[in-house]
Amino acid sequence: MRKSIHDQGTATGDSPGTGAPSRQDPGKLPPDSRSAEENGKPGTKADAPAAGTNDVMLPALGFTGTLRFVWRQLTSMRTALFLLLLLAVAAVPGSLFPQRPANPAVVTQYIEENPVTGPWLDRFQLFDVYSSVWFSAIYLLLFISLVGCVIPRTAQHAKAIRSKPPRTPRRLSRLPHYGAMAIPADNGIPAQQAAADAAAVLKRRGYRVDMRDADGPSFPSVGAERGFIKEVGNLLFHIALIGVLISFAVSGLFGYRGQKILVEGGTFINNLVSYDSFDPGTNFSKGTLDPFSIQLNDFDVTFERETQANYGQPIDFTAKVTTKTTPEAEPVKQVLEVNDPLSFNGTNVYLVGNGYAPVVTVRDGEGNIALSEPVVARVNDAAYTSTIVIKAPDAQPSQLSFVGLLLPTAMKAANGQTVAGDPDPLNPQLLLDSYSGDLGLDEGVPTSVYTLDTSELTQLNGRKLDTGGIVLQANETYELPDGKGSITFEGLKRYIGVDITYDPGKYGALIFSSLAVLGLMTTLFVGRRRVWVRAGTHEDGRTMVEYGFLARGEDYRLEGEEKTLRTLLEKKWLAENNPKDK
Amino acid sequence: MGINEALGEYSELFMLLAALTYLIAFGAFAWDMAASSRKLASVNRRAERLNNSTSGAAHPDSAADSVDETEPARAMVPAAGGTVSHERLTGPEDRVARVNTRSGGNRSDSVADESMSYTKERRTAARIGVAVSALAFTVHLTAVLTRAIAANRVPWGNMYEFATTGALVVAGVFLLALTRKDLRFLGTFVIALVLIMLTAATIGIPTPVGNLVPALQSYWLIIHVSVAVTASALFTLTFAMSVLQLLQTRREAALAEGRAPGMGFMRRIPAALSLENLAYRINAVAFVLWTFTLMAGAIWAEESWGRYWGWDTKEVWTFVIWVVFAGYLHARATRGWTGTRAAWLCIVGYLCIVFNFAIVNVYFSGLHSYSGI
Ligand code: HEM
Repeated sequence: MRKSIHDQGTATGDSPGTGAPSRQDPGKLPPDSRSAEENGKPGTKADAPAAGTNDVMLPALGFTGTLRFVWRQLTSMRTALFLLLLLAVAAVPGSLFPQRPANPAVVTQYIEENPVTGPWLDRFQLFDVYSSVWFSAIYLLLFISLVGCVIPRTAQHAKAIRSKPPRTPRRLSRLPHYGAMAIPADNGIPAQQAAADAAAVLKRRGYRVDMRDADGPSFPSVGAERGFIKEVGNLLFHIALIGVLISFAVSGLFGYRGQKILVEGGTFINNLVSYDSFDPGTNFSKGTLDPFSIQLNDFDVTFERETQANYGQPIDFTAKVTTKTTPEAEPVKQVLEVNDPLSFNGTNVYLVGNGYAPVVTVRDGEGNIALSEPVVARVNDAAYTSTIVIKAPDAQPSQLSFVGLLLPTAMKAANGQTVAGDPDPLNPQLLLDSYSGDLGLDEGVPTSVYTLDTSELTQLNGRKLDTGGIVLQANETYELPDGKGSITFEGLKRYIGVDITYDPGKYGALIFSSLAVLGLMTTLFVGRRRVWVRAGTHEDGRTMVEYGFLARGEDYRLEGEEKTLRTLLEKKWLAENNPKDK
Repeated sequence: MGINEALGEYSELFMLLAALTYLIAFGAFAWDMAASSRKLASVNRRAERLNNSTSGAAHPDSAADSVDETEPARAMVPAAGGTVSHERLTGPEDRVARVNTRSGGNRSDSVADESMSYTKERRTAARIGVAVSALAFTVHLTAVLTRAIAANRVPWGNMYEFATTGALVVAGVFLLALTRKDLRFLGTFVIALVLIMLTAATIGIPTPVGNLVPALQSYWLIIHVSVAVTASALFTLTFAMSVLQLLQTRREAALAEGRAPGMGFMRRIPAALSLENLAYRINAVAFVLWTFTLMAGAIWAEESWGRYWGWDTKEVWTFVIWVVFAGYLHARATRGWTGTRAAWLCIVGYLCIVFNFAIVNVYFSGLHSYSGI
């Protein structure tokens, strides 16, 4: 198959001495051209695969021959197409199964819920599709193919740009777009002049022009070509894709990404211990952490109140923060909003979540304060029903813990259950079960602050127990049974979840993808075409002009170009008497 | 922030009116197909009788062919030019040869103008179809605009709005294309798709006007989504054309073998090759727009979530669509992949777009969960 626009060129006249560059010469390719081999036998029917000829020749190739054969196959258009389609198919499973990088917890849960298929899916890396061996293999092969495709084409095109327009075909009438004109002898335009005029017109229209036999006795002609930039655009597009891939790699190698929950009044300092979770790139070094700090002063939330239909939907989140670029720097007041990150020297801070952190005080059995701080509750739904886990490992004589819900606006539903009715804190309520017993925090096993393993604990309160569950309004205190202590709901604070990212690859990705779009538009919308014009003198004294057009690659504007050129020439030569004959 | 619920309800009413008007337009286009199919069949029978009495080797489309008088150069092409086997050419050049061969070797019995420009022939039903479509479009535009005014923002913030605005753009692009090319043969299909989108939106996912959630409050919403919707509208056109191309290819094959081609209405529709070429041109534009959609989405994601690419389900499917259409463009330059296979790729690409919109938005969870359902 044809590799490129340029390759067609070899078919239609770049190769010296092939005579008329017409559609009748498609098979005349220089023997060393890659496309010649890919074409298989010239003259085969378009729809019949030509691979057969290659297969038959295989045994005789030898080692280097085989290598060359494999390389040619890999860099062929057919393979590129196959790999592209394979890439599309391979990307799909990543949207069907939960993916570890985005959602590790969901993957773990999925494997637990599907004990038979789960591990098998995992074995085939279906939870890590985009870093899997098979997905990587496909895109790496595709890009190797791309490199193998682009390098020779760049070389070929560099040569094509420097060479003259191909020689004028003997029979222009064989070209797909052909026309002829006759200039009456009275108009006084000899053949030489006509050819020169045509050359001037073509030059003005951006063609590269070459005059032939300008002074000779026979038929002066013009060869012209334009649209070299079409192939340049194609090459730019494909090369830029390589750039995008490299930028991706840079992002993955040198970037990092971390999360932090920041309660009103709290401060984040950008060092490793401050992060709630941290995900460094492969080549991350601690030195890249920019030493900025952010204090959350206030978090404003606006919910929809005007319309009934979307009542309670969030419409504005604004975090007012004080930032410092270094510990010694002047504090600056800034605003952090969704879609509007803070930036510190290439490290960005994004507002990605928010919720409530009830301030609770836990007193232990000995009457001492075991815990007194805002505890982050995780939001479950649009009404901000939030799950909360409170752990008081300092409580004596036994550690205390609580799990339950925070409802910003507690309401009685029709079935008598208490539910959250609004995201704003109109009637905040804590609904808790309490436990006593060793929380297992000293064993060195990392445990999430958001979960509580109750299997080793003694339950003190609960809806199913005689003691009932704990229900706390703001500023209320509940005494735990058996004198184990008490819990007080002191009030509500808001928190924000921020993502902190450093991604040195993104600039490259932006630049290269912009270049790719530029190249793409050039290659798709510029027409590359050749024009030949030949003039001669008829026995009766008229000057006869014929011309032929040849598009190289997709060029639907060829017809319009032909009309324009014809009009221009007619205006130049036939303006006065404007005869109707052609 | 300035929500006008009453105006929003008027908008919904206009939307229903628009759907009803489109229904009438659809009827007119369908009538045009059916009527011309019958008319052409009778012309054909007469022509056949004529042919049989004069010469057996008549050109298949000579009887009904009123085209190509507009082709002055044709007369000058030596007779041999017509018999050049362009099948030998492949790749892009193959396309050129195929584009440029208007009549020689045309195996189609299509009576449509191959360059898809308007001919003198009067097609009353089709004219009504266009006129009513334009009316429906106006009502539809009013509906979308009142929605935008009622919500005080761009009208594409949830699925209902994506669908209704998307349908508006499909209809608009179609009407715009009609001013340049005679694509009335697409009317039945395009207006049917518009109807499906409007019906799905107004009945399946009606959503009252509201403010945007903070995640969508960005000028990137305006850029990213409007370009995506425009690209999808263009892909809708090429989808319809590719389906027709496949049908036409089958008919042409049947004709070439001397079998009865069936589907008489397809004679109103240009030859498979013409459909393929126009679809390619539109797909090229749409692909650039889709590439831009992908990029704008990545920039927005960077600004919103701090990463430009995270393989979120929506991102995965946008990427898959992009790769499928890149495959389509490649296919057009690959021997053995032009024509039917390229058309299939175009269809698969469009089905991915529908899937991305209808299924991914509703059933897949991800960061892009703004369906408003
Ligand atoms: C990363 C994978 C690739 C992508 C996304 C891609 C995408 C595209 C797109 C969108 C086009 C249409 C623009 C145009 O016509 O210039 C195109 C054209 C082209 N590609 Fe690729 N390509 C990829 C890899 C390759 C490879 C590996 C080869 C070589 C084997 C290749 C060779 C070509 C050629 C020759 C054209 C021009 C076809 C024509 O004349 O229409 N591409 N590519």
